[in-house]
Amino acid sequence: MRKIEIQCLRYHPVTDAAPRWQTYEVPFTDNMSVLQGLQHVKDHLDGSLTFRWSCRMAICGSCGVMVNGEPRLSCETFLRDLFPGPVRVEALNHFPIVRDLVIEQSDFLRKLESVKPYLIREEVPSGKTFLQTPRQMEDYYQYSKCINCLLCYAACPQYGLNDKFTGPAALALLHRYNADSRDAGKAERMELVNAEDGVWGCTLVGYCSEVCPKEVDPARAINQNKINSTKDYFLRFFKK
Amino acid sequence: MKTYTRPMGAWWTRNPYYLWYMLREASCVFITVYALILLVGLFRLSQGKAPYERWLEGLASPLSLLFHALALVLVLYHSWTWFKVMPKTLPFVRIGAWRVPDRAIVVTGVCAAVACTVLIVVLAATT
Repeated sequence: MRKIEIQCLRYHPVTDAAPRWQTYEVPFTDNMSVLQGLQHVKDHLDGSLTFRWSCRMAICGSCGVMVNGEPRLSCETFLRDLFPGPVRVEALNHFPIVRDLVIEQSDFLRKLESVKPYLIREEVPSGKTFLQTPRQMEDYYQYSKCINCLLCYAACPQYGLNDKFTGPAALALLHRYNADSRDAGKAERMELVNAEDGVWGCTLVGYCSEVCPKEVDPARAINQNKINSTKDYFLRFFKK
Repeated sequence: MKTYTRPMGAWWTRNPYYLWYMLREASCVFITVYALILLVGLFRLSQGKAPYERWLEGLASPLSLLFHALALVLVLYHSWTWFKVMPKTLPFVRIGAWRVPDRAIVVTGVCAAVACTVLIVVLAATT
């Protein structure tokens, strides 16, 4: 069986003042992902290695890590593609490390909540379903595929430099609901869009869309809303 | 809860994607300087023939040629980067029920820029 070197950035909040690299030699087969490599370390080499994972099939968004400097879902990144290695694995960039590969994500969860990621309706038609054409659905569908894996935040240097920036995933989800024909909450969300830390905090680096494992294209959602924000600003002069 | 936040020093050197981004941003400086040189030329023209010709002589200096060659390359790169991201700045473009693919928007933008450039060069050469 082939072996590959996995270098992990370790950090223990009690014993470490700063993170340190630790190397493991991991035997692997062609169908093993980086996540399975980490699980091999935890099961057989070092039980103290800490990381998040759940579904193992790129849908839960739990296992995001930096692999050789790129934000990746470790469950869909294969060791065979990284051979002969070494594979450098560290916690997602731009987030505080809680321990080893586990990040503190409360900041994102607060932002997610702030964009009101749910349909807002003034009245719900009783006994009826919401009607929507395929074209209306196309307006928001790609943005609804976000799995909150936070790879886009790890790709965004603006978030790394200023964590007040609402950031790619939260703004993409904001757009997902604003673009939904069934929603009537756009006015409530525009304050967040217009804020300096809203869409204007983005300088269109574009890497968020490159790393997104679900083709959500958050850079597109944000930059479309720069137009909406500009319209919102100027049109108020014509409204009574 | 105690956490560790990694520093952001030299973040733009960590990934080639960031380097290309920084080059796009830095190219603005060259474009601004080029525009200022052009404005000075306009100002010299308003002062009369002799100042304008001195400005033209300055343009022919090796340093100026080097700067303009570099600025041209950077302007081309700068333009390409913005055409590349143009679809991201637009709502979905539809013709009837057909959604225009991103690639078509990029190609249209680049072709329009090339056509305008050729037109300007032809006009400049014939007048």
